[in-house]
Amino acid sequence: MKKVFGRVFLALMILILYLPIFVLAVYSFTDSANIGAIHGFTLKNYETLFTKPDLRAMIAGTLLLAIGSAFVSTVLGTLGAVGVFYSGRFGNAVVGALNQVPVVNAEVVTAFSLCILLIGVCGVDKGSFISLLIGHVVLEAPFVYLSVVPRLKQMDNSLYEAALDLGASPTVALRRVVLPQIFPGVVSGFALAVTLSLDDYFITSYTKPATFDTISTYVVNATRGSQTEIKTALWALSTIIFVVVVLMVFVMNMTGNRSDKDGKRAGAGNEKE
Amino acid sequence: MNQFCIQKFRIQKFHFQRSQLCIPYGLFLVCFVLAPLVVIIYYAFTNGEGKPTLENLTGFFSSPNTIGTLVYSLGIAVSTTCVCLLLAYPIAYILARSKMKHKSVVLMIFVMPMWINFTLRITALKEILTVLEGNLAYHPFLNTLIGMTYDFLPFMILPIYTTLLKLDNSLLEAAADLGADTVQTFMKVTFPLSVPGIISGIVMVFLPSMTNYVVLDMLYNSTYIMGSLIGAYFSAYDWHNGSMIALILLVIILLFTLFTNRYADEDAGSSRGGVLG
Repeated sequence: MKKVFGRVFLALMILILYLPIFVLAVYSFTDSANIGAIHGFTLKNYETLFTKPDLRAMIAGTLLLAIGSAFVSTVLGTLGAVGVFYSGRFGNAVVGALNQVPVVNAEVVTAFSLCILLIGVCGVDKGSFISLLIGHVVLEAPFVYLSVVPRLKQMDNSLYEAALDLGASPTVALRRVVLPQIFPGVVSGFALAVTLSLDDYFITSYTKPATFDTISTYVVNATRGSQTEIKTALWALSTIIFVVVVLMVFVMNMTGNRSDKDGKRAGAGNEKE
Repeated sequence: MNQFCIQKFRIQKFHFQRSQLCIPYGLFLVCFVLAPLVVIIYYAFTNGEGKPTLENLTGFFSSPNTIGTLVYSLGIAVSTTCVCLLLAYPIAYILARSKMKHKSVVLMIFVMPMWINFTLRITALKEILTVLEGNLAYHPFLNTLIGMTYDFLPFMILPIYTTLLKLDNSLLEAAADLGADTVQTFMKVTFPLSVPGIISGIVMVFLPSMTNYVVLDMLYNSTYIMGSLIGAYFSAYDWHNGSMIALILLVIILLFTLFTNRYADEDAGSSRGGVLG
């Protein structure tokens, strides 16, 4: 009885959580501009989404910014984590503390203070995308750092020493011995960086060029306006994103399970040898 | 002895080279994390002519408008955190204690909305609320509460679930053997041990709900919270007062972090990436 009650509660919560997304998904295939009576089904919203130039530019810009900034963040954050791991207590404390600031800070405060520094004090031109890129890296790199550090702690340090003893240069040893061991952390850091960038509103809106929009800033501007064509096209966008997220989670689960099994098999093999 | 020294020296030399890898990131943090903080402290305590002043500070605490904003944001943040906790704890508990085969899949379903852009999710919620309420303007506080909860619930579920999953089953068995009933076991064993997860969840929810003014904007709640004040000062190019608000928020965050650090779970800190990790 208790078990049934628990499952019903979980199911109910999932239903509430997904109801808005599902309702919007259904209505994105209709010609109505409000949730209510459905007159007919159409793909018009999807057509608008992929043909209207500013919508296309906004989607392309969001993706480009997310991948570009995630790449820079991953390189910086990983190097930082590796360097700090091998440096003294002082470096560890300083970088660790500074790294924590954007993580716990409210996004508005990060965005506002960075904007004042870059635009107000340094005179950076917002139109150059430099402030936008820096802003996103400030948001993402600390999380990359945090996802690499546990991997470094779990790493078998004697392998690195062994590589050196066998004649590898430190650079080669880092690339071929340390990097493979921390790689899962680097990959999940990159994925996390992409999702943070895609979800961000505040940093983007404070540092972006006036003519550039990401999904977040575009949606917020669209809710202030009253163009129903854009409003319903965004329903289509949210449906597509939902489907993509579901597919990604599915693929991640499948590959995750498989690599776990592979890892176990490889481990068992090693033991036999 | 001599050989030992040489070996030690060699290792130290390599350590030195490897530690240099953190220089770019260290410089980046100093330039774009530390420097902005210094800048807002400077702006917060100067006026338009660059002269040092405490006016921005006294102005904030003497104006009924800004104090009202502070109180309203605290009200939103406290109620959002409570509602999130009341919903997330049973979800995490049922999920973590159940013997379901595909627990991780169900957890995924709960945290998946996190990866859909929050403005799109709030848009979807807005459409549903409009159908239910007719006009959103009648219940601004309630709508904001629903919106924030909808937005931040996964951030509360994840850390609580993680701590509950780590809970040692033998402790519960011991409690039962010693005669505790289910309620007593929960109150005296399970709940106290899940406090670190709860604290991490509160940290993840409380501060964003004090500052995320986009949720209010999108749900037509025109009352200001602390975040909206920064936005308003920023649009008005009033960087001195804006910096003071940012500084006050930073102090709140600092106090919060100092207070929660004592209880927080070490590896729940980065729970934004908990599932990806």
